[in-house]
Amino acid sequence: MLSQVWAWAFLGSLVVFFVIAIQIVSDGTVNFLTIRNSQNILVAITPILLLGLGQTFVIIGAGIDLSVGWVMSLASVLSALAIRAAFNAGLPLPAAVVAGLAAAVAGGALVGLFNGVIIAKLKVPAFIVTLGTSFIVRGIALLLSQNTTVIGLPRGVRSYGNDALIYLIRGEGGGIYFFERPEVTGALLRRMDRILPYPVLMTALVVAIAIFVLRKTQFGRHTYAIGGSQEAALRTGIRVDRHIILLYVMSASTAGIAGFLSTLRFTAGSAVIGDPLLLSSIAAVIIGGVSLYGGAGTVIGTVIGALIIAVLVTGLVMLNVQAFWQFIVVGTVVILAVLIDQSRDLIVGRAKRR
Amino acid sequence: MVKRFGGLVAVDEVSLDVYPGEVVALLGDNGAGKSTLIKCISGVHHADKGEIYFEGRRIRFSRPIDARREGIETIYQDLALANNLDVGANIFLGREVKKRYLGGLIQVLDDAHMRRESEKALNLLEIHFPNLTQPIESLSGGQRQAVAIARAVYWDAKLLIMDEPTNSLGVPEQRKVLELIRKLRDQGVPIILISHTLPDVFAVADRLVVLHRGRKVTEKQAADTDTHEIVQYMVGALDDTRVQ
Repeated sequence: MLSQVWAWAFLGSLVVFFVIAIQIVSDGTVNFLTIRNSQNILVAITPILLLGLGQTFVIIGAGIDLSVGWVMSLASVLSALAIRAAFNAGLPLPAAVVAGLAAAVAGGALVGLFNGVIIAKLKVPAFIVTLGTSFIVRGIALLLSQNTTVIGLPRGVRSYGNDALIYLIRGEGGGIYFFERPEVTGALLRRMDRILPYPVLMTALVVAIAIFVLRKTQFGRHTYAIGGSQEAALRTGIRVDRHIILLYVMSASTAGIAGFLSTLRFTAGSAVIGDPLLLSSIAAVIIGGVSLYGGAGTVIGTVIGALIIAVLVTGLVMLNVQAFWQFIVVGTVVILAVLIDQSRDLIVGRAKRR
Repeated sequence: MVKRFGGLVAVDEVSLDVYPGEVVALLGDNGAGKSTLIKCISGVHHADKGEIYFEGRRIRFSRPIDARREGIETIYQDLALANNLDVGANIFLGREVKKRYLGGLIQVLDDAHMRRESEKALNLLEIHFPNLTQPIESLSGGQRQAVAIARAVYWDAKLLIMDEPTNSLGVPEQRKVLELIRKLRDQGVPIILISHTLPDVFAVADRLVVLHRGRKVTEKQAADTDTHEIVQYMVGALDDTRVQ
């Protein structure tokens, strides 16, 4: 698990590597450091990050949540069904979208509650409970969606999931536009960059809240305490059971937001959207320095972890490396991150945890 | 007080008084019932028979936190500290001080305040750490024991129970912890001390209570006895309750 300085340094050197390598490979025709590419990376990390945020809290609290991938899928289906139903019932589009968010978060929270109660009250290991839940949720998501993509959403949903705060058209006839997508075509469209799409902004807001909660509130402090020593937390009177339940509710709720945003992005609900992202999100958390033993880690670390994965994947694609290599590289980085962290402990001579 | 586990009588009609400003040592071989007795006092176990009077009032605890609220603080062998948190966070763990904004809607931890208060609590016991912001896993065993004691004192412990506080400490650190115990006693905090280390016991205890197989076999002023005699009580060779 990389310390934060290491992680930033690693991310920086990755970017430098790809800038140079892509310049060389493409004979200077392709640039890694463009606005468009940076925004693509941001869009790519939003689901990984949202899944990883709740996970960060859960793992710092010495748990694990394997169900977030399928919870995201379930939430995507639920929000699509809710938006469609609300809109068909005559609600205005914004209200229908809010109903979709509510359905996604409530559905997620319910699964989290189920996880948390069984883990905290019935003392079943989190790994087993959330593994079981992920199958159950998978079944429910596929049943609800009839094993097909939920479509028939109002057209306007697309702009919620894809519009950006700023549009920049470079060169002749260009300009800068805010809030709304300018109606342009042809060459102008090709020169237009979307900066800060709304899903990215929403994710940034959730990240900011997560940073605040973990660092500055009693909830965050108790999360570290429970992860450090559940026994100590119990003896000081912290309501450990309730706290653990809340951690899983939080984790499933952020996964719910991820599902909601994917529905907006694709104007459709998908029961298979989340599962492939689960392991990437855990990888981001681990690369970002959260200890799997609990008690250590930060939200910013997870953000850097997600960025490292996204930069790697995007960079390799731009280098025309066959896609399957991405998996091999990301896996290697996860293991290296843990190895570097351990050797750092050896060098500094810090006592090993547990 | 009586505590049974199935057919086993772990604590058999033991009676114990502790007064402000004294250290009472609870002695006995493994399985003598010392830990069970203090767990009954600190709310971990429920006694099958018997009563606890604290400051003249009869009290009952359903959970350890009830005992803590009354001011009965227990310092365990394994310390019950979160090693990944710093000194201030540990002293205030579960009772964090918060700044309130927007009418209490947003509550932010006041770490600066908690750190200052922790420093004061440590200073009162004449404990000085160079750095209060590091996780306490970087502290020595004795220093962590001191943090646990400072926590109990800061929260106004009215009875301090210490279970093997010098175990797993180096010699200089043992001496420091014993000094702390004396200092607390002099400040009027009554202390129940459980220890196997007789020299430590004689260094700080005012009164000794020896348990053997769940029964109290003797109670003596420290000044009136010695290691040799106490060991005989501990192994069951002497027993004041037996008709000679």
